[in-house]
Amino acid sequence: MADTGIGAAVRRTEDLRFLTGKGRYTDDINRPGQLYAYILRSSVPHATIRSIDTAAAVAAPGVVAVYTGADMAGAGVNGLPCGWQVHSKDGEPMKEPAHPPLAVGKVRHVGDPVAVVIAESYAQAREAADAIALDLEELPAVADTRAASASGAPQLFDEVPGNLCYDWEIGDKAVNDAAFAKAAHVAKLDLVNNRLVPNAMEPRCYIGDYDPTRGEYTLYTSTQNPHVIRLLMGAFVLGIPENKLRVVGPDVGGGFGSKIYHYAEEAIVTWSAGQLGRAVKWTAERSESFMSDAHGRDHVTHVELALDADGVFLAMRVSTLANMGAYLSTFAPCVPTYLYATLLAGCYRTPTVYCNVKAVFTNTVPVDAYRGAGRPEATYLIERIVDVAADETGIDPAELRRRNFIPKDAFPYQTPVALVYDIGDYDQTLDAALAAIDYQGFEARRAEAAKRGRYRGIGISTYIEACGIAPSNVVGSLGARAGLYEAAQVRVHPTGSVSVYTGSHSHGQGHETTFAQLVSDTFGIPFESVEIVHGDTDKVLFGMGTYGSRSLAVGGTAIVKAMNKVIEKARKAAAHILEASEADVEFADGQFRVKGTDRAMSFGEVALAAYVPHKYPLDELEPGLDETAFYDPKNFTFPAGCHVAEVEIDPDTGVVTLVNFAAADDVGRVINPMIVEGQVHGGVAQGVGQALLESCVYDAQGQLVTGSYMDYCMPRADNLPPVSVSTHVTLCPHNDLGVKGCGEVGAIGSPPAVMNAVVDALSALGVKHVEMPATPQRVWQAIRDAKGAAAA
Amino acid sequence: MYSFNYRRVSSVDEAVAALGKAEDGKLMAGGMTLLPTMKQRLAQPSDLIDLSGVGALAGIKREGNRIVIGAMTRHADVADSAEVRSAIPALAHLAGRIGDPQVRNRGTIGGSIANADPAADYPAAVVGLGATVHTNQREIAGDDFFTGMFDTALEDGEIITAVSFPVPEKAAYVKFPNPASRYAVVGVMVARTGGGVRVAVTGAGPSVFRVPAMEAALAKSFSAAALDGITVAADDLNTDIHASAEYRAHLVGVMAARAVAAAG
Amino acid sequence: MSVRVTMTLNGKEVSAEVEDRTLLVSMLREKLGMTGTHVGCDTSQCGACVVHVDGRSVKSCTVLAAQCDGASVTTIEGLAKGNTLHPMQEAFRDNHGLQCGFCTPGMVMSALDLVARNPDPSEHEIREWLEGNLCRCTGYHNIVKSIKAGAQAMRGGK
Repeated sequence: MADTGIGAAVRRTEDLRFLTGKGRYTDDINRPGQLYAYILRSSVPHATIRSIDTAAAVAAPGVVAVYTGADMAGAGVNGLPCGWQVHSKDGEPMKEPAHPPLAVGKVRHVGDPVAVVIAESYAQAREAADAIALDLEELPAVADTRAASASGAPQLFDEVPGNLCYDWEIGDKAVNDAAFAKAAHVAKLDLVNNRLVPNAMEPRCYIGDYDPTRGEYTLYTSTQNPHVIRLLMGAFVLGIPENKLRVVGPDVGGGFGSKIYHYAEEAIVTWSAGQLGRAVKWTAERSESFMSDAHGRDHVTHVELALDADGVFLAMRVSTLANMGAYLSTFAPCVPTYLYATLLAGCYRTPTVYCNVKAVFTNTVPVDAYRGAGRPEATYLIERIVDVAADETGIDPAELRRRNFIPKDAFPYQTPVALVYDIGDYDQTLDAALAAIDYQGFEARRAEAAKRGRYRGIGISTYIEACGIAPSNVVGSLGARAGLYEAAQVRVHPTGSVSVYTGSHSHGQGHETTFAQLVSDTFGIPFESVEIVHGDTDKVLFGMGTYGSRSLAVGGTAIVKAMNKVIEKARKAAAHILEASEADVEFADGQFRVKGTDRAMSFGEVALAAYVPHKYPLDELEPGLDETAFYDPKNFTFPAGCHVAEVEIDPDTGVVTLVNFAAADDVGRVINPMIVEGQVHGGVAQGVGQALLESCVYDAQGQLVTGSYMDYCMPRADNLPPVSVSTHVTLCPHNDLGVKGCGEVGAIGSPPAVMNAVVDALSALGVKHVEMPATPQRVWQAIRDAKGAAAA
Repeated sequence: MYSFNYRRVSSVDEAVAALGKAEDGKLMAGGMTLLPTMKQRLAQPSDLIDLSGVGALAGIKREGNRIVIGAMTRHADVADSAEVRSAIPALAHLAGRIGDPQVRNRGTIGGSIANADPAADYPAAVVGLGATVHTNQREIAGDDFFTGMFDTALEDGEIITAVSFPVPEKAAYVKFPNPASRYAVVGVMVARTGGGVRVAVTGAGPSVFRVPAMEAALAKSFSAAALDGITVAADDLNTDIHASAEYRAHLVGVMAARAVAAAG
Repeated sequence: MSVRVTMTLNGKEVSAEVEDRTLLVSMLREKLGMTGTHVGCDTSQCGACVVHVDGRSVKSCTVLAAQCDGASVTTIEGLAKGNTLHPMQEAFRDNHGLQCGFCTPGMVMSALDLVARNPDPSEHEIREWLEGNLCRCTGYHNIVKSIKAGAQAMRGGK
């Protein structure tokens, strides 16, 4: 058992199909009689639609139908719903303008869908779209976050004055101000959290299908949460009841948040399939992904940290402008509020935190949760301002952090920003990361680099995140329009093999392996006897899907709850068969045994008895062994840790090379260390991408400049060093597994570590801050400006 | 991609004839730029005439003091060629850093220079090494070949057959790649021959250019230090989100000095 | 215009009628049902579509099917022998060199071209070679490890 049980680095079940080209991603699926959709998109950022003439396109070869926003609205199709309502500090609900799947009246960003052409082939659909006469009256546009909130900025919606979606706050401002008044030192910083494009390698792809004889729709979709899509699209957009709508999320090629949301194209292909009685497929080209996948981050922030004379944090205040894009994506409003400001205490005892967030609409692609979602933004500003404070007070950055950590005996710990941290040991991960990178030896490495003409810097970041999303009553009180529990069904077959149906969805995380380890370990049956089924609303009873590092903490715990029900029922059956009292039957290592005797039945024998109930307590128990559980978490989970980065900078070119990176993470109990390390590696690469390479750029006119990999810089293998990863466990006290979540820690902890290292490398020149991404040009400019200032 | 007629030819004459017959024919060598351009619907030729079947156009040979590279020779073959590596290691180095391995497996020297992308690497070699471009009609001096952004001295129906490079005394190519596309933001070929020193810059401007002040300084003293204080004006250089004209001008100096150092 | 393209695909002769403009990857996926080769971008950069044509790795999104008439093409589906994985596939599995699996076929095909040229590549050489292959999941750490292990296994030094 040990080689496949909890804690074992089991090779992944799913790899066999992926490595042999037998994965089944949505675009690999073709339905009989399938048509192809091409979406005509706005090429301008902001315009009134004067008219759309589709007659010539309809007449083009192979074209079956052309639909516009007016057609869909006329047929009763609703706009895309937003799943979270945030209230402004004055109590007013956020502004929630309509988001039709195909634009009605106006287009509001480059890429806004205007019409769909459906034809026998994709090439025919695309060519016919050229014949659509789209008459647009261009309007002034605003893409920049700051500019959108300035007076006189172009307005996206008549009903949203000042483009202001909401003006939200958390924390007691008076208490906060009073604490600042007592400060011996106040560190201040303005910073930007750069807009990112998630870039899962599989472009989004959808196939809508319709069976007119049954009146049933099927949507095949590259999604992270099929049941959520069924609910959002069925109940809110198209008016299709659950029993008539099947949503299948087959193998999905990465998500990182971007495939959580209900997208216009899903509704378009499903609705069109119903109109035409034929399957309709749409596959994004990468250039469409850039202009239609929800983007991430995009904050402009001012932060201040008050310290006393000993470097103890007294208070922090933050004001942030968050860019929502042109419409509200599914979970957009909660990202810069409840997933962001509630984390602003970080790992520290800061007694008071106040944060104001203004969310604005701009003529850009909608922004929503991207790996980390709010928590990277929070961590970045906390860890940058702590470094600024360390620099200004002359306290070593590691020491300043240590001095302000919440001590490990202080849990549960109520932060000033609503959350109750359950457990942690921040010194442990700080020590481990510093040891892994040889913090003590750094100055010698800096000196050696200087001899080679390189500036070397080191940067520390500690982080905490709230994941395992989420207690439904808590998020409900904060505006969530859904519950955030998870469902699982554990079906024991007559011969003792097991199928597990989980509402979690794997798009790279390896659930088929990790969950099978959990089940095999619990039931004492071979790993190979466990099958994990996910991603199909016709098979899995319900589910909220995978995001926010919730699969194991919430979905895994639901499986545990269902397994416990199986064991309890099986114990009753075994007691009857073994002629013992239930209290005397214990279950261990796959055996139901009468305590203190050698009378025992294996798990498989009990399963068989449940399905062939010849000698079975039929008066008390139903036959069969198949249990369902819903698990609603009691609290968030709080992975935490420390990342340390070391960089070298070429002063002549500004090129930053990441030379060393150590991550020490507390993600709770580890089921499969190989998979956990892989999650950290990937998260770190995305975080390094944000820090050094990636930036989604719009020009002043609202055109998307970084519309392909020619300009949007994705991390490549040669941008990264080997990454040292270690895990350090404090067990989550409120779920059965003691797990916390590992999917996002890499992307949360790494950007400030890298940026602190960049600033440290340049600090001798007097550089105080460098914005992300620290591109060669930006760093060269910073060096030049600093040298210029020094010379002046 | 728009529709077109594809034709694979087996000789240069056949290609010329096919071009003549086509409404708006286009030659395809490796297709590494042309096909992506067509996929983006930025080009719409009526006919695509594939030169990959013209065996006579591929191959590398040494002729006296020159390395002659057939127009259809792949970048990977130039990079791996023992002949090139021993005679002009800078050229092998350059070819081995074009695009990525898959591009190098398909892309050709003839296709690259005929396309004359301002950020391509080969133009720096053609000009920096003082190469000669051989066509089915004539020989064109490297210095005269590139006439502007995506523009060359080639006439209609004129097909590059080979590029011949005189073997320099020493040479090196150093490039600063665009972080995203990996095309050259600035690439500098520095070469010293019996006839003098050449410094050719690609990526920085609309087309490859030489830097006479650097050439003169290096002719006096072939050392990185000789370039101290020599700058190129930013006025005519390219600007994009990755590199301003000013930054490019600066990088020309840095890359040139590094190339001199690498040339030894 | 359409053209009949005949090629040797994973050791077997196949043939299909395609448009002149049909890309090799489209022929593989749509005409021949070989969906192991993926399309991840439209600018020839991501490398999810890498296959071998006449023994060299190429991006099948940037080669016309018609150009491959008469060629020998190997895709990810052609590597395993029955149920036995190719050593490079096995190495990716052993070293967790994949997560979502979408870039994986291109990574493996690219890696095999590298090892064909350089049987014992260093970590640095592997990272440089992967310039044309993007992965968003793994941070490349385990891909590099996998390729090193795969190369070693192919040298017989497992």
